[in-house]
Amino acid sequence: MKLLNKSIIYLSVSLLLIISLSSIFFYFNLLKEIKSSVDEGLDNFKRQIIYKTERDTTLLTHSNFNNGFFSINEITHLQALQIHDTYADTVMFMRDKDDDEAESETVRMLTSAFEKDGKYYKLSIINSMVEEDDLVEQLLHGSLWLYGILMLFIILINNFVLQRLWKPFYLFLNQLKQFRIETKEKLPAVKTNTKEFIDLQNAVHILLQRSIESFEQQKQFIGNASHELQTPLAITINKLELLIEKNSLKPEQAESIYEIMNTVERLIRLNKSLLLLTKIENKQIFDNKQINFNKIVLQNINDFEEIADFKAVKISYTEGGNLAAEMDSSLANTIISNLLRNALFHNIPNGTVTVFVSENSITISNSGSEKALDAQKIFTRFYKSEQSQNGTGLGLSIVKAICDLYGFSITYYFENSLHHFKINFK
Amino acid sequence: MKILVVEDEKELMQAISASLEKEHFIIETAGDFATASDKIAIYDYDCILLDIMLPGGSGLQLLEELKKLGKSENVIIISAKNSLDDKLKGLELGADDYLTKPFHIAELNARVKAVLRRKDLGGKTTIEIANVALDLKERQLTINKENIPLNRKEFDILNYFLLNKNRLVTKTALAEHVWGDNIDQADNFDFIYYQIKNLRKKLQTAQADIEIEAVYGFGYKLIEK
Repeated sequence: MKLLNKSIIYLSVSLLLIISLSSIFFYFNLLKEIKSSVDEGLDNFKRQIIYKTERDTTLLTHSNFNNGFFSINEITHLQALQIHDTYADTVMFMRDKDDDEAESETVRMLTSAFEKDGKYYKLSIINSMVEEDDLVEQLLHGSLWLYGILMLFIILINNFVLQRLWKPFYLFLNQLKQFRIETKEKLPAVKTNTKEFIDLQNAVHILLQRSIESFEQQKQFIGNASHELQTPLAITINKLELLIEKNSLKPEQAESIYEIMNTVERLIRLNKSLLLLTKIENKQIFDNKQINFNKIVLQNINDFEEIADFKAVKISYTEGGNLAAEMDSSLANTIISNLLRNALFHNIPNGTVTVFVSENSITISNSGSEKALDAQKIFTRFYKSEQSQNGTGLGLSIVKAICDLYGFSITYYFENSLHHFKINFK
Repeated sequence: MKILVVEDEKELMQAISASLEKEHFIIETAGDFATASDKIAIYDYDCILLDIMLPGGSGLQLLEELKKLGKSENVIIISAKNSLDDKLKGLELGADDYLTKPFHIAELNARVKAVLRRKDLGGKTTIEIANVALDLKERQLTINKENIPLNRKEFDILNYFLLNKNRLVTKTALAEHVWGDNIDQADNFDFIYYQIKNLRKKLQTAQADIEIEAVYGFGYKLIEK
């Protein structure tokens, strides 16, 4: 979930709580205020009524509420003594002007007592109150509107503010996503003065520096190790070659030595491939010049002719244009010969290899297993499909590394039962 | 013919020397910069095999010394570093060839002989053995004064065998020489058999006095009949 949505959820929940609580509080406060003002009114009425009874004794006969908003009943002295001014909510059955029929309504009633001419009277005055259910309804409406409008503004402000605040973060994140350790490019930088983001940048830099260091060390180690292996390998193979030349060897001994030699050869090839990979990845100086790929392809096809004949695979070449690129000639040669060798060795008897050169691409297609290869894995080091045993498992990685070095793209796809490798040069 | 092998790895130096002695060269060795420097100052050699990384200095410095001394020895650099920089610098300083370790003995042999021959022949570019003559410049084979057409690979194979006369050449070494470094998993190089077969047939039909014989199951040797 996006940060923006998360913050909106938190805000909306807490706002809902705050607004409900404050509405409840507001409701009770309001009710209290209304009551105290109604009570004050009732008190005024009381005094007016008592005052009016001085002149108009008929008022004393209003024994119920039928004729007005008060009632006066005669009581004993004892009863009068027990009555203090009390205000109470009570329900009366009455018909307001907006009602069609009489209905029960909440009213405020003041009960009091007074003395006139030696007689004691109980006075009850009523005043209609605000209807609580109406009040609740109104308040609920109000709160909902308030909540809605608040949320709308919060979402708008949040959107604007958060997007502004987090913009450097997202820019930084994008740079990080595109960052490749092996390219030796500049470390991603955040453009802001927000302390947290600068801290994040610094932490990321420390992490990246460490990764870059260990990446470099690993590369260097592979380079150094392969390098150091060259001389012992040279000694081994040369001593074996001298040994095998001795005339005193029995054929089976010679055969064993040859087997060992083949194994050492494999080691040598593996080592050479690793050295080449390291060299490419380290971007060691290459002798870049204009390369005519049509020529290189033809020459390589010619080189592989005997092997193709031996494996009964037919190599055909189609030209759709002249392809030239600026690169190291031996690396150009490596690309083509690795791909061709790959196409030949993973082929079937009476199979085909087709090379198509256009103005900006080379496609090498070959028959082979009926299953598509794992396009994700074939370019990784030491990945071998089930059928190949002899290879170093580095051929395609080298092709990929060279393509990466020069910014060419290489893709694999399986179509019409053929495996295609396509290099785009532009 | 006197050859100086400048190499600090003793075992490798011995292997190289042993192989070159089979070709009846006189071999001297130097295991470090100082010894090598002394030797090239005092003696003359027909060929120097020069390692670049030496205790006490660089092989490239020795090349400069040679240049200063006005000596035009044939120098083949043998280095564990397949570095374009070193190679260019070496060739610029007058080296004749550059060989990266590890290499096949047959390859070293061929390179040494090619370098020596270039110097010896003085313009002449034909190898002659028995009734066979191989013109390197015109890339032509003559047997009994009769021109025998060869394709490019047959020519390279024959040339390699002639440079390694009487020596065992394994299929691997031959394949790498003729088909290049990039040939590396070629089904045990069985396809070479057919190439040799064709070449043999041509030699036989033309009644050449040389023969390519199979040695064990994996190598060949060119001999004079």
